[in-house]
Amino acid sequence: MSGRLDELQARLLDGDRRALSRVLSWVENGDARGREMLRRLYPRSGRARIIGLTGSPGAGKSTVTNEFAKVCRARGLSVGIVAVDPSSPYTQGAILGDRVRMAELHADRGVFIRSLASRGALGGLSAATQDVVHVLDAYGKDVVLIETVGAGQDEVEIASTAQTTVLVNTPNMGDDVQTLKAGIMEIADVLAVNKADLPGVDRMVSALKALLSLAPDRDWQPPITPLVATKSEGVEQLVDACEAHHAHLVETGRLADAESARARQQIVALARGRVLANLLNEIGEERLSQLSTAVASRSTDPHSAAEAWVGGE
Amino acid sequence: MPDTDAAAVAEKIRVLVAKPGLDGHDRGAKIVARALRDAGMEVIYTGIRQTPDMIAEAALQEDVHVIALSVLSGAHLELFPRIVDACRERGITPQNTLFLGGGIIPPDDAAMLQGVGFSAVFGPGAHTGDIAAYVREHVPALDRS
Repeated sequence: MSGRLDELQARLLDGDRRALSRVLSWVENGDARGREMLRRLYPRSGRARIIGLTGSPGAGKSTVTNEFAKVCRARGLSVGIVAVDPSSPYTQGAILGDRVRMAELHADRGVFIRSLASRGALGGLSAATQDVVHVLDAYGKDVVLIETVGAGQDEVEIASTAQTTVLVNTPNMGDDVQTLKAGIMEIADVLAVNKADLPGVDRMVSALKALLSLAPDRDWQPPITPLVATKSEGVEQLVDACEAHHAHLVETGRLADAESARARQQIVALARGRVLANLLNEIGEERLSQLSTAVASRSTDPHSAAEAWVGGE
Repeated sequence: MPDTDAAAVAEKIRVLVAKPGLDGHDRGAKIVARALRDAGMEVIYTGIRQTPDMIAEAALQEDVHVIALSVLSGAHLELFPRIVDACRERGITPQNTLFLGGGIIPPDDAAMLQGVGFSAVFGPGAHTGDIAAYVREHVPALDRS
């Protein structure tokens, strides 16, 4: 097997898109070959600019991502795009439709787009997103754009995966109490206001400004950038704002801190997955279903059942 | 980080659903996409007016098991073989990927398409359940090494 992996690794590092695509599938599926390739490729990652784009369904994330990629390409940067859409909680199937808005990028060999289904993860990404980003980074992409699932108020996983998080807002998203709420409004490093040709854009911008004026003293004030992605208006400014944020991270030494924090989170998440898998192996699915039945019929409570399953402290 | 155990995720069937050519009648393609989603598959939907290169490139980047194409304009004999060619240039062949056609396709044409690598052609009246079952049955035989 290692001869085959050597060959694939060499092809991938030589820019072979099919080799990259196959490795991404292994990584996404948690295949042992994926873990081996990641082990080999990881030392080569850490060079790409990782930018997340999040926002509610229909805010224009895919269109903004498409435009963002075009500006990066015009500036001579190669681009990887990871676009996440939700999996069905019932059938685990998914419709991954982000490419519909990215059709014009297909002929450009400097852009590689991969669609991922969330596969049960709840934070707006999928469990494998970080690893997919690592591989695109090692492959040599200068910029990796991560487009999240259409996010509501609490899908903030992107903030710990990307270096810079863009929140894509639109006019008329509700009254200004929405902008006061905790959660997704807090994670934005750059606030984009898309569809800025619609009425209500001034109100949205002033609500966001008011929000920022109340923010605790931070050394980075998220810029507000209105844009009309369908007309390619304001996108240069958005890319510039992300550049400025990155420069700020470098100047303040935050970039290295954030990288350690990201690594820590990924290690903990992976370890948690392994511990849980071991528990299921050792103590068994059968015992778990007995306990579930007991809790459902009220003969015990959930906390006692968990303790009975894995032991108390 | 999401705490799903990545190691436990099995390989999902990934399907590209695309409409080549100029006809914009995408109801059928969308219904098939939805049906395969409900059958538990991950469906990459690319939309209408796709060129052979766009479809082949999307299939390459998404590493799909199945390429499902819908044409209702009658241009299938023109477009479908060109898509197979564009895929072959990228190492995507009927040996490693299932090619399926759909639309208004007469039986003689369907036979010709099978000659260029299409595994099956589904016409009007085809049951979505049969399409999903066909995919499930034939994907395991693909050479994905």
